[in-house]
Amino acid sequence: MLLTLTVNGARRSLDVDPARRLSRMLREDLGLTGTKVGCDAGDCGACTVRLDGRQVCACLVPAAQADGATIVTVEGLADPDGRLSALQRAFHRHGAAQCGICTPGMLMAADDLLAVNSAPDHQAVLDALGGVLCRCTGYLKIVDAVLDVASNAPDPAMPEAGAAVGARVNRLDGHGKLDGRELYGDDQTPAGVMWLRVLRSPHPLADFTLGDIDVWLKITPGVLRVLTASDVPGHNSFGIYPTLKDQPVFAESFVRYRGEAVAGILVEDRAAFEALDLDGFPIAWTPRDALVGTEAGLSPAAEQLHASSPGNVLIRGRVKSGDVEAALAEAAVVVETEIDTPFVEHAYIEPECGWAARDGDRVTVWVTTQTPYMDRDEVAHVLGIAPKDVRVIPSAVGGGFGGKLDQSVQLPLAVAAWVTGRPVATLYHRPESMASSTKRHPARMTASLGAAADGRIIGFKFHGDFDTGAYASWGPTVAGRVPVHAPGPYRVPNVLATSAAVYTNGPPAGAFRGFGVPQAAIAGEALMDRAAERLGLDPLAFRLANALRAGDTTATGQVLHASIGLAACLEALQPRWDDWKPQVAAFNATARATRRGIGIGCMWYGCGNTSMSNPSIFRLGLKPSGRLTLYNGATDIGQGSYTIMAQIAADALGAPLERIDQVWGDTDRTPDAGKTSASRQTFVSGKAAELASRDLRGQILRAVNAGDDATLSFENDCVRVHDKEGERVLALTNLPVDGEGDVLVGEGTFDPPTTPLDGDGQGIPYATYAFAAQIALVEVDTELGTTKVLKMVAAHDVGKAINPTLVEGQIHGGIAQGLGLALMEEYIPGRTENLHDYLIPTVGDMPEIECILIEDPEPLGPYGAKGIGEPALVPTAPAILGAIRHATGADIRRVPALPHRVLAAIHATRHIKEEVE
Amino acid sequence: MAAYLRPKRLEDALATMAEPGWVVLAGGTDHFPARVTHTPDEAILDVTALSELKGIDRMADGGLRLGAGVTWTEVIEAALPPACDGLKAAAREVGGVQIQNRGTIGGNLCNASPAADGVPPLLSLDAEVELASASGTRRLPLGRFILGNRHTARRSNELLVAVHLPAPALEATGRFLKLGARRYLVISIVMVAGTLSRTADGTIVAARLAVGACSAAAVRLPALEAALIGRPVTEAAAALQPSHLDLLRPIDDGRADAPYRRHAAATLVRRCLNELARAA
Ligand SMILES: Cc1cc2nc3c(=O)[nH]c(=O)nc-3n(C[C@H](O)[C@H](O)[C@H](O)COP(=O)(O)OP(=O)(O)OC[C@H]3O[C@@H](n4cnc5c(N)ncnc54)[C@H](O)[C@@H]3O)c2cc1C
Ligand code: FES
Ligand code: FES
Repeated sequence: MLLTLTVNGARRSLDVDPARRLSRMLREDLGLTGTKVGCDAGDCGACTVRLDGRQVCACLVPAAQADGATIVTVEGLADPDGRLSALQRAFHRHGAAQCGICTPGMLMAADDLLAVNSAPDHQAVLDALGGVLCRCTGYLKIVDAVLDVASNAPDPAMPEAGAAVGARVNRLDGHGKLDGRELYGDDQTPAGVMWLRVLRSPHPLADFTLGDIDVWLKITPGVLRVLTASDVPGHNSFGIYPTLKDQPVFAESFVRYRGEAVAGILVEDRAAFEALDLDGFPIAWTPRDALVGTEAGLSPAAEQLHASSPGNVLIRGRVKSGDVEAALAEAAVVVETEIDTPFVEHAYIEPECGWAARDGDRVTVWVTTQTPYMDRDEVAHVLGIAPKDVRVIPSAVGGGFGGKLDQSVQLPLAVAAWVTGRPVATLYHRPESMASSTKRHPARMTASLGAAADGRIIGFKFHGDFDTGAYASWGPTVAGRVPVHAPGPYRVPNVLATSAAVYTNGPPAGAFRGFGVPQAAIAGEALMDRAAERLGLDPLAFRLANALRAGDTTATGQVLHASIGLAACLEALQPRWDDWKPQVAAFNATARATRRGIGIGCMWYGCGNTSMSNPSIFRLGLKPSGRLTLYNGATDIGQGSYTIMAQIAADALGAPLERIDQVWGDTDRTPDAGKTSASRQTFVSGKAAELASRDLRGQILRAVNAGDDATLSFENDCVRVHDKEGERVLALTNLPVDGEGDVLVGEGTFDPPTTPLDGDGQGIPYATYAFAAQIALVEVDTELGTTKVLKMVAAHDVGKAINPTLVEGQIHGGIAQGLGLALMEEYIPGRTENLHDYLIPTVGDMPEIECILIEDPEPLGPYGAKGIGEPALVPTAPAILGAIRHATGADIRRVPALPHRVLAAIHATRHIKEEVE
Repeated sequence: MAAYLRPKRLEDALATMAEPGWVVLAGGTDHFPARVTHTPDEAILDVTALSELKGIDRMADGGLRLGAGVTWTEVIEAALPPACDGLKAAAREVGGVQIQNRGTIGGNLCNASPAADGVPPLLSLDAEVELASASGTRRLPLGRFILGNRHTARRSNELLVAVHLPAPALEATGRFLKLGARRYLVISIVMVAGTLSRTADGTIVAARLAVGACSAAAVRLPALEAALIGRPVTEAAAALQPSHLDLLRPIDDGRADAPYRRHAAATLVRRCLNELARAA
């Protein structure tokens, strides 16, 4: 059908399938890839465009209905000369785009609102943005940006030399996230590639036999070839730990979870890919009784899922100090709890996608990933080639949160490109992404805490069974990290904290913001509240009295020396807490169905890998033009490492930030900066960037024989060095250049010092810890069991906020995910494999948030900085659940606190009361 | 590639519908989400260019006619009597603004999800649907049109053309309450709609209450409605008895369990009556 329409002011005529989604037409036929696709179902709003002025989901509009229409996409917002619109500039200065995948949709929804209402109020903004999901920002900076468009405030100035660290610099990679030019995984697929669809198991545990594939190939149009386990050239196995590669690229004869990859189907082009219906694929399934949940996995009758793991226990973790039984026996107060948490989905808005191409004996993989270097090594293992023969280029990443630390499309794509010699692309649809990808570990935890009459915690006992699903993934990391953190950021002399990662037929549970610590904090912090209540103490005061301080020893025997800001966080929260208490009491004195409550959560979080080396290497090069290139391998998944590393490098060198260009995350060009996980990039890679920069500075100074206190000025062919002896000039144009065209290159490596843990978990697991406390004010409808979080105040000790705007963005986003964990998120295989049955918070669910940044410098960190990514989420759910309990007495032992669970818990307190009375 | 027709004239559309195999497409907001994993090759009849399906009109008898192709945004932006406040409130709760801008009343009714937000308010307005085929038109009360989960009385050769709201039901005040586990874009756990008509001194003369997401199709509450007639509006909520909800058949699913749904329905019905009493 020939369509004529106006797109971003230009008349376009094109011949398309009238039933084709407008989103595809814009992206593929018109090359306007700024419009994003996250679900194809209207649930995420990433595809929002304006059609005849109104915001619509382009994934729900058939091309035919756009005939004669006027369409505006994100590409149509900026001036023709590229100057961003007032709305885009407001987003930029507020840090409203993190990963940026939701940004085009947010911008178009806001643009629709502003077209009819140039001075909207807060509620109008929420209503206008309610249909676009963001998983990164917690929405607040987006709303602030929309409310601030009219001010047309100028961009913050780029900092002078030496003033970058600590400055609210606009995200250096922000422009492309705002004008639609940023290239995500599905935005740069070369023409003429084959497409790959993965056939997956519909059963959680089943044997299968493949039928006559040749016949199927003949009768199915567009299909080129089917790849199965026997096509994998190297090892048909992968996994995070070198000794635990227990997951096949393609299953061989049986599957261990619903969503497991069985075969790869190669088709000629994207149209065939979208039309491909796998219903008739020749495969016969024999389902078996699946192990659902850790209790089933641990049952003596359970079938053993992996040969190397008797009893289905993948691994156990343990930390023991003192004598917990004796402590609990003598404690004045002992409180106990049992908590259950579910699988939680990362719900990054960009699904897994990428492409791969073989070039002679090398293969290149372009992919949305948090961990290009691990991808490189994993691809090499599967293809049976050397890591140096694999090049991984990360696309811009539309959200990760730990979910893109595992292999997804990389391996089937690499196999397909390798064995056929043709480039190949793929893109998971949302249900496929959700069924196949890793999840947060469900936890079943029991814990008890004993305190002396004077309010000192004297013992803490914890056990958590963590459902690691069908494959190991990051299960050992969770099992190891949890016992260290379970006692919380408190001085506890007697601890026994144990964990087990248990194989089941659930989806593989992997890395998700916090590696099990958020689950454990729900149990530990509930006990803190209950113990305080029994002792007649205020929950904040009780925590402050027991807070870890300099000189204290942790349960692993580590003496903490510096950067322990928990007490400072709590002290900063005290005034708000004191204000809220009488406000809540006054509200509850007159309220009927609704009741308010306040709650508090504290946390600590070790930055970097647990007792394992995790170095980062950075390079900073100087070009003959006097410009600097930072070879930045710290993948930016929205958290801002692209910006932060440059801020650190600029100040460590003494150069203005705007002098720095970057090459980022290309395994052929950037040295290994490890993975974006464990809240390690600012601390570990930031330090490496600082060291690289200092190294380059030293080289420049030595070259002109200047002292350490000299100042540098970078000019177009030289560096001028000033010190008290005067000015010296390092001419750059006559120096030899290396392969990247640099004349001088500084390099820095940092690996945080840790020691292994012994059988009792004694040792130094982390070089530094982040600390935080958050308080929540909630309102519960006691007749319906619904909870609205009204306000949160978050105090975080980040050592040093390299860029406060980015730190606040992490806190807001962490709180949004913590709120989801507390109140609504529960992944159930086969039932919530989309973004309408699996709920994440929308803009309307967010509380007001106040961030308080505490800067207790970490001597090892760059300018004193440590991590914030995961710490932001950990205290949120405990604070909210504590506030629900404060409001209603309801003791929530199973999260999420869905309305029916809250109501049942409220009714249970009434029964208890009636029995007592 | 299969056929795609977007006729401008209803008779052309109905002639097409006389042949088997056509998939009707309106705003697409239920259609496309059902086609995420692959795009089937199917013959599509797009009804969005049919003028008979558009517009909200007052009829000579004082009733209202809403074209099946009226979008939720059009409902929100139309000048409607207070009896339609519940319908408007429901419209504002359908998905987000993008969905409201495209999704139609007709699509909501024909898709017949148990959680369709349009159904309870339309039931509480005594809505009738107008169905047309090449051989003529017929009207059905909405309660006899939606038969169950994704199941309607629409024959394969029929289009839903309009929804009619009779004049008496428009002499009322209307309310709608929706319960979901988050704000925006949420499938209802329970929703309740009601309209009350009363005399000048506040005696209830007609009551129409409907509950959704608590049975395969939303239902009216006839026993409660009967109990309300003749009562002062200020005592409406006090008339509510648990037995009035006996006809609900709530289910357990991931969103809520059945006893909770029943309890929440009762709570929302009571609140709805209280709000109606307060509305002048
Ligand atoms: C993200 C999202 C959120 C949503 N939230 C809600 C919500 O909160 N509440 C709610 O109730 N719904 C919700 N929906 C569902 C949907 O938007 C509504 O049901 C909408 O009213 C459907 O209208 P449509 O025109 O888009 O239907 P379409 O998708 O075009 O059609 C739906 C069905 O009706 C048939 N049909 C349509 N028009 C006719 C006609 N005139 N005659 C005969 N058959 C016809 C079609 O064949 C199809 O089977 C949501 C959908 C999405 C994607
Ligand atoms: S892609 Fe259209 S709403 Fe998600
Ligand atoms: S910035 Fe919104 S999803 Fe990442």
